[in-house]
Amino acid sequence: MEKYEIVSKRTLADRVNEYVVYAPSVARHCLAGQFVILRVDDDGERVPFTVCDYDRAVGTVSILVQEVGYTTMKLAETKVGDRLADFVGPLGNPTDLSAYKRILLVGGGIGAAVIYPQAKQLFSENRAADVVLGARNVSLVMYEEEFRKYCKNFHLITDDGSSGRKGFVTDIVRELLEKGVGYDAVFAVGPLGMMRAVCNVTREFGVHTVVSMNSLMVDGTGMCGCCRITVGGKIRYACIDGPEFDGHEVDFDEAASRAVMYREAEKEHVCRLRGTAK
Amino acid sequence: MKADFQRHEMPTQNPAVRIGNFDEVALGYTEELALAEAARCLNCKDAPCMQGCPVNVHIPKFIAALRAGKPDESAEILLADNNLPAICGRVCPQENQCEKFCVRREKAGGSVAIGNLERFVADYASARNVMPSCKSSCGAKVAVVGSGPASLSCAADLAKAGVKVTVFEALHKAGGVLVYGIPEFRLPKSVVGKEIEKVAALGVDIETNVVVGKTVFVEELLAGYDAVFIGSGAGLPSFLGIKGETLDGVSSANEFLTRVNLMKAYKDGAVTPVQRGKNVVVVGAGNVAMDAARTARRLGAEVTLVYRRSRAEMPARKEEILHAEEEGIKFELLTNPVEILGENGFVRGMKCVRMQLGEPDASGRRRPVELAGSEFEMACDEVIVALGTTPNPIIKRSFPALETTSKGTIVADENGRTSVDGLYAGGDAMTGAATVILAMGAGKRSAKAILRMLEEKGKIKCAECGGNSDGGNVK
Repeated sequence: MEKYEIVSKRTLADRVNEYVVYAPSVARHCLAGQFVILRVDDDGERVPFTVCDYDRAVGTVSILVQEVGYTTMKLAETKVGDRLADFVGPLGNPTDLSAYKRILLVGGGIGAAVIYPQAKQLFSENRAADVVLGARNVSLVMYEEEFRKYCKNFHLITDDGSSGRKGFVTDIVRELLEKGVGYDAVFAVGPLGMMRAVCNVTREFGVHTVVSMNSLMVDGTGMCGCCRITVGGKIRYACIDGPEFDGHEVDFDEAASRAVMYREAEKEHVCRLRGTAK
Repeated sequence: MKADFQRHEMPTQNPAVRIGNFDEVALGYTEELALAEAARCLNCKDAPCMQGCPVNVHIPKFIAALRAGKPDESAEILLADNNLPAICGRVCPQENQCEKFCVRREKAGGSVAIGNLERFVADYASARNVMPSCKSSCGAKVAVVGSGPASLSCAADLAKAGVKVTVFEALHKAGGVLVYGIPEFRLPKSVVGKEIEKVAALGVDIETNVVVGKTVFVEELLAGYDAVFIGSGAGLPSFLGIKGETLDGVSSANEFLTRVNLMKAYKDGAVTPVQRGKNVVVVGAGNVAMDAARTARRLGAEVTLVYRRSRAEMPARKEEILHAEEEGIKFELLTNPVEILGENGFVRGMKCVRMQLGEPDASGRRRPVELAGSEFEMACDEVIVALGTTPNPIIKRSFPALETTSKGTIVADENGRTSVDGLYAGGDAMTGAATVILAMGAGKRSAKAILRMLEEKGKIKCAECGGNSDGGNVK
């Protein structure tokens, strides 16, 4: 196998692919919660993706990618056997839930990729977590079988009720907390709006909540400052201080604004890729 | 030939034209100009210019060889002490170094243009594509962290002594600040690429996409190599710490320049985006601030540079300040930002105050003091903060045994020896943000110290030649 070769690729949900990439240097030390930065080709941009699985013996790292913009669409065009231009990591800090006993994992959409390795790890440590998995609809539900296997109680909910219950993850989080399940911590990963909503609920109940920030990045090593967010009134870098932060301290309004900084440029690139440019 | 009295200035691209392109501004001497300038060198016996050179280039010697019509010999003299002359000839602050000590400086038409001559000779050698040959290995192995000027210089000197060197670079491209920071119009990437090729030709392996402290740990390097040199630079940008700094449209100069230089965002159709404001404010007055201002200008902006002290204190090279002015960059001096103003998440302006200079501070520069009631607003749609950088914390966090200062710089002696046996450091990672040439000097000193250590440990026979005297050159 060649460095950064795509070893396998499978579709897990609508426009969501799992890529297993041969990158022994990354696989050697990576842990759940860390991320990689890749470039698809030599003209490509640097984009971060959370590590969702790894195999140290084989030297592979898995990432889950939803087609949302130019680079993720370019990635979707690749085939098994193709080589990515670059694949660097592991970056950021691993998830550390060692201080907590009773844990609720909440995943929204692609956020499933981040809570999945957590669920697996907690299961292996004999303290399996409860999981709330949310998606827009049935076509975007990921890792359902795996979650059922690795978690204590599994709750599935979709916006339209096409799979599991109908509603939002916050409905279930609120119910569980109202019921008095004594969680030591909630780990919520998904779109910014979902993480903010979960934090608003858990704040009411005073339950510590960790979120994973997927900020825009260039180098991913603290050099550019693009990924800066405000946490507890202080500027922090998602790449070297995170990506996980105390959700009750994160300024989500600001993070949401920064996330769309380059939206116009992105639209243009996507149009060019699809051949619909003006 | 009778020498001209006046210094020959560097021919440059017309400012009106160059703000529309990213081609190199300084065009380089013609052979005729180079010979005429070389003739101005008085070949002083005590070579005062040399005391200003952090890598001790034999300046009068290389100039004399050029003047004698022996450019190959001149290049050889230059390359003996300087591993990256085509880069130094372009970015060194010569006015504060070699040229500062030139006896012609005050009264004899100005200092000899040593930097311009260095560039001429280096480019001459480069055009002839003379590649150094790979030395046979002496058996010792050294890991070098980072691939900027300190690391390249250290790696090259070690390799010349027959040491097997592996350079680890975090980004996808080697060169460090030379490729992500300094713009194409000041230091073409093809020039950097050639200099790096030359270092590689000495037998240095360069591994990109390796973040030391993440991909591989310092402990592993110390176990696998005879010595480790950290030249990871000062990568972490400083911000103002004022309200509005996280608005869209505010970036560090590092981010802005990395997007443009490394990721080529200035090119049509580039995938990596960059903010393209119409009215850009750059905060700071160092070389990086000038680079950011002039880059924004080339992306089509009206650019204002805001600096809290006066012109005399601006830390940038004289030539950069001059070029920035020629390109229509406006300077708002004795001005300090107090808040960045936003609208719908985007920058719409900046609130500033006027300053005056008071008593000298710790740096010896007069401390700027706020003028009461002088607050005013400037309209702008992009702000670039160029207030310097501090060392990246990744290595320290992953390797706490490494002693660092409160500023995060690595503690090391003048030869780069750190608190950890076998671990050396130099360049901005040790000094905080400084210049390319100072970093190169530090890399060279560390290389020397490493060779001496290897000799003491019996890994090599002789620190001067790497114990390689019998081996000769192998390709």
